[in-house]
Amino acid sequence: MATIRVYQILHKETLSDVTKLMVIAAPAVARKARAGQFVIVRIDERGERIPLTVADYDREAGTITIIFQEVGKTTKQLGTLEPGDELATFVGPLGHPTEIQNYGTVVCVGGGVGIAPLYPIARALKEAGNTVLSIIGARNKALLFWEDKMRAVSDELIVCTDDGSKGRKALVTEPLKELLEQRRGEIARVWVIGPAIMMKFASLTTKPFQVPTIVSLNTIMVDGTGMCGGCRVLLEEGAQFVCVDGPEFDGHQVDWDNLLARQQFYRAEEQQATQEWEHHCRLEGVAVEGGA
Amino acid sequence: MPVQDAAVRRGNFDEVALGFTEELARREAERCLQCARPHCVEGCPVGVLIPEFILALRAGDMIGAVQAMKVKNGLPGICGRVCPQEVQCEIRCVLARKGESVAIGRLERFVGDYELAQRTCPLERLPQTGKRVAIVGSGPAGLTCAVDVAREGHAVTIFESLHSPGGVLIYGIPEFRLPKSVVHGEIDYAAECLGIEIRPDHVIGRIFTLHELLDEYDAAFLGTGAGLPSFMRIPGINYNGVMSANEFLTRVNLMKGYRFPEYDTPVKVGKGVAVIGAGNVAMDAARCSLRLQQLHAQQNGGQPGEVHIVYRRSRTEVPAREEEFHHAEEEGIIFDFLTNPVEILGGAKGNVRAMCCIRMRLGAPDASGRRSPIPIEGSEFEMAVDTVIFALGTSPNPLVFVDAEGLERSKHGTVVADEATGRTTMPRVWAGGDVVTGAATVVSAMGAGKAAAADINRFLRGEINPWGA
Repeated sequence: MATIRVYQILHKETLSDVTKLMVIAAPAVARKARAGQFVIVRIDERGERIPLTVADYDREAGTITIIFQEVGKTTKQLGTLEPGDELATFVGPLGHPTEIQNYGTVVCVGGGVGIAPLYPIARALKEAGNTVLSIIGARNKALLFWEDKMRAVSDELIVCTDDGSKGRKALVTEPLKELLEQRRGEIARVWVIGPAIMMKFASLTTKPFQVPTIVSLNTIMVDGTGMCGGCRVLLEEGAQFVCVDGPEFDGHQVDWDNLLARQQFYRAEEQQATQEWEHHCRLEGVAVEGGA
Repeated sequence: MPVQDAAVRRGNFDEVALGFTEELARREAERCLQCARPHCVEGCPVGVLIPEFILALRAGDMIGAVQAMKVKNGLPGICGRVCPQEVQCEIRCVLARKGESVAIGRLERFVGDYELAQRTCPLERLPQTGKRVAIVGSGPAGLTCAVDVAREGHAVTIFESLHSPGGVLIYGIPEFRLPKSVVHGEIDYAAECLGIEIRPDHVIGRIFTLHELLDEYDAAFLGTGAGLPSFMRIPGINYNGVMSANEFLTRVNLMKGYRFPEYDTPVKVGKGVAVIGAGNVAMDAARCSLRLQQLHAQQNGGQPGEVHIVYRRSRTEVPAREEEFHHAEEEGIIFDFLTNPVEILGGAKGNVRAMCCIRMRLGAPDASGRRSPIPIEGSEFEMAVDTVIFALGTSPNPLVFVDAEGLERSKHGTVVADEATGRTTMPRVWAGGDVVTGAATVVSAMGAGKAAAADINRFLRGEINPWGA
């Protein structure tokens, strides 16, 4: 068939045991991509379609940077690909970009792999003239990355880990609460990107302070264009689609418990697929990195 | 036509209708009276030369039959399977009065399948004109428009948002009604013969806007279909196990979820499935659910479970094709007529536990001409289900309209386009199919694509200038 499809992996970096960065050649996507948007990736003809947030883009080089944590079959398999390999599908840029303006003082909170999509947002906010206070956290030191990049776009950066192996021994919600108390009335807006459970508690933390809190949701999706509705999230005003209405939402409006339950719907199938793939890899002698 | 036995086919995704043998096809073709004024053709939205192709078939001239077919229809294998012939060409057959109309659809399919296997007659293309046409959406409307525009010698590029071209033919209609090899085969064949370029993974409105396409192309056709699902506004629609028919069918068909874990995308239904709605999409979702239950029981033991179609009107108003309803009933789908959900009830882990429904009765005809359903007070009851699939119709996806100023739309979100020509209010933009009409049939979309292609061709030849200046 006369189809044009070239999404080559140009560069790969290992950011932690389970976190990888890839730079993908996708000139038309790069021309339009903005902070806060996402792409849909499919590895091969049998692959599933997964959403990954745009971690960076280079319009001149025609590239998009993606960062992913190896948690299931698809992300683990993606982690085994190398520069020169091609992806079967790379669709984007999808979703609404972040609303960037000069809000005054803002807080950017990133947890784990969520630091990746947070970075271009923090950078754009900084470029728009905001005072950017950032908090990044992870379970441990090995899972942290881009501390330098975040520091470069932040007026202040707080690093914390659950186990204290780097920075403060704290959950991100602790320094977040302190900042809100210390700078009461000063903080205009908070961005939080990370695991759903972290975004839930960060939203609960900011709610008493009545500071608008933007979260970027990463739900199960198939097409990413509004067609399936599998990504729907319950807000106070009703259900919305993360892919076309989001991915950013007011964290104070999200029904987090419903969101967390929906993320578990295919858990058994995900585990089955991961196990069968790892078993297959052992048989084939393919090196499977990370994935502890 | 021979079909797979209902007891067997409910456990597989293979095609239900097995198609004519050569002998059966020839015998059927011989029944055609070759009317001097054939009414069957009037019923065909793309005007297939029905008597001509049947005459060639009868004479054993397969190449002639293919040639006659391809004059008007580049996708006979698809049309022969999914067109509602019983209300289009076949109902107009003079033999229909005796209830014995010629099986035109099955003969069309026979010709299409022969051609897919033999590839006798590549579609012909006029010398290149240097004009470029962008087609947005590779479903029935876009494909048909692309073929007719490319035949004129124009360079055609189709932009498709998914990774595989075909639109609803790929993501919506199941394998057992329309094998994907037929869809891929007919699209590839047409694209190769006519030099049509297909760009998958391109969401117009995001990667390029319509205005940007018009900078590069002389004309654009919107055939983006009606891709947005509807959910009922009742409590509980976000429990695990509630999904749109679009999601369910896309997982099954496009992503081949029924072959999980060989394919990566999972799809699952429980032992109690309720499909809401009774159109063709509802029948497809119910029949896929039944097959998944059977496959699961074959692999893991236990009882397969039940699949219900829950419809607020009665049997008489069922909008699905008669054949689809009949096949569904034969396979063991349970129909709950005059029943409407009022709430979905959740249980452990946020999963669906049951659905609360109310009984309905029929009142006076409504705007659609069908008798309107009225709830019977106090008749609420619980249905024990764990999976609820909404098949309530779809509307156009608004993504393509991002920054498309000047493109008028109706209050239903459909594009306003002239019925005969497909012209929209935006210069050099045509539209057709479900994006204009709302969800309808494959062949009506093909008809609209064909009409727009004819108008685009006239425009590119300089014969008309509909928007002036």
